[in-house]
Amino acid sequence: MPWLAPRQDELMDREPLILAFCCHYCAYAAADLAGSMRLQYPQNVRVLRLPCTGKIEVNYLLAAFERGVDGVIVAGCLEGGCHFLEGNLRARRRVARAKELLAEIGLEPERLEMFNLSSAEGGRFAEIVTTIVQRLKRLGPSPLRPDPHQIEQALETMTQQAETALAGESHDCCRS
Amino acid sequence: MIVADRKKIPEIRELVAKHERVLLVGCGTCVTVCLAGGEREVGILASALRMSLKLAHCSKTRIDECVIERQCEDAFIDVLATRIPEYDAVCSLGCGAGVQALAERFPKTPIYPGLNTQFIGILESQGVWTEKCAGCGNCRLGEFAGICPITRCAKHLLNGPCGGSQEGKCEVNPELECGWQLIYDRASSLGIVDSLQRIVPPHDWSTGLDGGPRKVVREDQCIAGLGPKT
Repeated sequence: MPWLAPRQDELMDREPLILAFCCHYCAYAAADLAGSMRLQYPQNVRVLRLPCTGKIEVNYLLAAFERGVDGVIVAGCLEGGCHFLEGNLRARRRVARAKELLAEIGLEPERLEMFNLSSAEGGRFAEIVTTIVQRLKRLGPSPLRPDPHQIEQALETMTQQAETALAGESHDCCRS
Repeated sequence: MIVADRKKIPEIRELVAKHERVLLVGCGTCVTVCLAGGEREVGILASALRMSLKLAHCSKTRIDECVIERQCEDAFIDVLATRIPEYDAVCSLGCGAGVQALAERFPKTPIYPGLNTQFIGILESQGVWTEKCAGCGNCRLGEFAGICPITRCAKHLLNGPCGGSQEGKCEVNPELECGWQLIYDRASSLGIVDSLQRIVPPHDWSTGLDGGPRKVVREDQCIAGLGPKT
């Protein structure tokens, strides 16, 4: 799932990085509405649209944490209002299971939270993001987040390797 | 089918942390059906273990994953043979039979269990499995209206019910259905309650777990000249 991998510049940032799995029929529309309403909310959230939160699997949530995000939000329709009847109820149970796993792993389960909202609640989406950002600032960065120095070193190594490879290619060109 | 559930992450981490290259091997049969050791669970455990190892400062351990069709049969283990030399240890998400089959096949590789094998049971409802058979080797379901008193009665009584059966529940656990109530209810609906009046002689446990591992041999199926595996 390469799309779950945060960019290196995002990981270098000290601000909490949040991934939001949003249902197309409610939270995604609410996030869109928040934008249309010019509501301010922290920029730390990356929204991933799903056809329904019932698409969520425990391994999606773990994959996000494994790649170093600080927190994950799952945002689905109000209970009883799922477009596919019970997708959000299934997501709730899967989120609970993932929280148990996070505790076993040694990560704070509070880094993962599920919310229910309707597509008309742009303000609530902004509120949720703000609340989670505050919570994650209190918890601190994920211990699984790569160390900035390691990233710098990795970038340097990658640059050197690329330069060496390029130099080799140009040398080959000259010879031919 | 055989029902199992996953061991806790810290326990598995302790088992594998001393190795550098570990292969998680799932099984595509019983434990896939009971959502303990199939492809998805192997992926979840691999991801959780990698994170747990990193948090425990054991980053040198590399976790890879794969699933084979059936761990308890040598022919299906063949596909692993070429990969095993690349790894220092294997964590099996098969049942106890699967773990031991891998251990027999790969004598130089440590094989660890990732699951706790629980029982022979069935899916009662989505996400709930219950024990139905103790594998005693001497099935007497025909005498008890198709409900096993050894498994379903908390006291394994063959001449029940005991005095602790109250309103269909067991005194051992009020949430547990009384096995003997179930037997009588089913016998009533079949019209064979009379058959429960006789005193049942003690069970022959010589076919049970005592006396070492049991073996079933079908001479007509054994390959000529090889005989049963000793």
